[in-house]
Amino acid sequence: MSEKKTERRDFLFTATAAVGAVGVGATVWPMIDQMNPDASVKALASTEVDVSSMNPGKTITVLWRGKPVFIRRRTPEEIDEARAVKLDDLKHPEKDEDRAKNPEWLVMLGVCTHLGCVPLDQKGDYNGWFCPCHGSHYDISGRIRKGPAPTNMEIPKYEFVNANTIKIG
Amino acid sequence: MSDHEYTPKSNFGKWFNDRLPLLTLANHLTDYPTPKNLNYWWTFGGILTFCLVTQIVTGLVLAMHYIAHADMAFDSVEHIMRDVNYGWLIRYIHANGASMFFLAVYIHIFRSLFYGSYKAPREIIWIIGIIIYLLMMAAAFMGYVLPWGQMSFWGATVITNLFSAIPLVGEGIVTWLWGGYSVDNPTLTRFFTLHYLIPFLILGLVVLHIWALHVPGNNNPIGIDVKKPSKDTVPFHPYIVIKDAFALLMFMIVFAFFVFYTPNILGHADNYIEANPLVTPAHIVPEWYLLPFYAILRSVPDKLMGVIAMLSAIFILAALPWLDTSKIRSAVFRPLYRQFYWILVADVLILGYVGAMPAEGLYLLIARVATAYYFLHFLVILPILGFKERTLPVPLSITEPVLGGSSNLAVARDDSRLEKLK
Repeated sequence: MSEKKTERRDFLFTATAAVGAVGVGATVWPMIDQMNPDASVKALASTEVDVSSMNPGKTITVLWRGKPVFIRRRTPEEIDEARAVKLDDLKHPEKDEDRAKNPEWLVMLGVCTHLGCVPLDQKGDYNGWFCPCHGSHYDISGRIRKGPAPTNMEIPKYEFVNANTIKIG
Repeated sequence: MSDHEYTPKSNFGKWFNDRLPLLTLANHLTDYPTPKNLNYWWTFGGILTFCLVTQIVTGLVLAMHYIAHADMAFDSVEHIMRDVNYGWLIRYIHANGASMFFLAVYIHIFRSLFYGSYKAPREIIWIIGIIIYLLMMAAAFMGYVLPWGQMSFWGATVITNLFSAIPLVGEGIVTWLWGGYSVDNPTLTRFFTLHYLIPFLILGLVVLHIWALHVPGNNNPIGIDVKKPSKDTVPFHPYIVIKDAFALLMFMIVFAFFVFYTPNILGHADNYIEANPLVTPAHIVPEWYLLPFYAILRSVPDKLMGVIAMLSAIFILAALPWLDTSKIRSAVFRPLYRQFYWILVADVLILGYVGAMPAEGLYLLIARVATAYYFLHFLVILPILGFKERTLPVPLSITEPVLGGSSNLAVARDDSRLEKLK
């Protein structure tokens, strides 16, 4: 059998297929991307919360981007407890100092990192949070200690606008 | 009896059939030779077709009154229940119809497992069936989200979050599925769209399922090949039609009992509380028909591995024709398999029970043992059993065990034949 020669027609086939593939891709992508968060959803990206009336030992839950955010004003004992934990004991090692810049205030997404339920406040084996869905226990810094959740509860981007107001997002 | 020889009687029939052979198809379906020993476990195919049609018809009507919007969905369902003429009836048929559909499909699947209906030459029928089952689960899950109650919302949250277990792209996929940063209105509207679409995909697959069935013909309780048509077969109409119709009536009595006497027993009271993204119900459970898989998910202490175990538990069924190495189809002639079969049935029921219980203490331990056994059954016991099991002699025809003194009996009972099987 003779060696296969590349002909004009082979080039035309390849070029047609390539242009066709680009066309199909360009048509399919908008169909896929339309399912991503739209402009109106993205526009609700930040929330300001007044925390002036909160006493130590109290947690409030606010809604940010459709998700609950826990804001807890921690007592001195709780802060000591959170900071005394050895990193070796943690499944997802994070210092409390890195999670709560201002030690009195813990601001985190109230979403269990297992499958997204809202953990219950001041429950579980570590005096922090307990997820009723599949039994994940979190400590007073929101770090995973026991159960199926893979990571600590997430800390969102936030800042103190002034002494009484936290801006999340 | 053969399809090729069929000619319609009327002139119009001939004229039409020459252009579109629908009458030939109808004739094939009527005369279709069926093994004459089919028992009532074989009536669930017809029952399932009835369930699908019921869900499509009631669903179509509900869609005329339902509003797919996070602020209005819950109220529109109550509107259907209280204001729409017979709305309560139609919704209760649809909601309980889903449970009846799964009840029937589980009997249908376990029928196949007992009689080896998934084995050659019926692997494609089986795999199409598994795809239908997967689509049924997707449709049921999305349908459960539509009333926008607490179980709807948190069920949707937990199930969509399963995708976040995928390394690297998981979070992006979940955001894409939600159309936002949590389950919300965009999620509801797309679930409604897909919930409407999937039953029609199932309908198409059911046609393929039946088409694939009509190539080799039905398996039967003794699991041997039959020559068709022959003394071992009867025409589908009227013999099987009347048997299917009787079984369907019995099934409808059970269906009606749930609809009229205890329409909410299979649901969850928390779903009559409107969705609240700030509060998770204390005890989240899926609908009863998904509980065994839920138990498997929770029995694995690692997130990704739990998701993989749960999905494998379903997909392993597709590989069943190759995992079961035995040449004998029916469990009637497999004394050991028959015992393992009932252990598997018990195992799945136990998984369903612990799936409804809190994942802690003894329940968790039982779930882990039952999960391990589930995989052991398919991955270890079935492949080995095919080689080790001493099967009973198989009759040469369906007629033989009925008539007893067939001239083939001596051959069938001959031990040398048994030796060959081993």
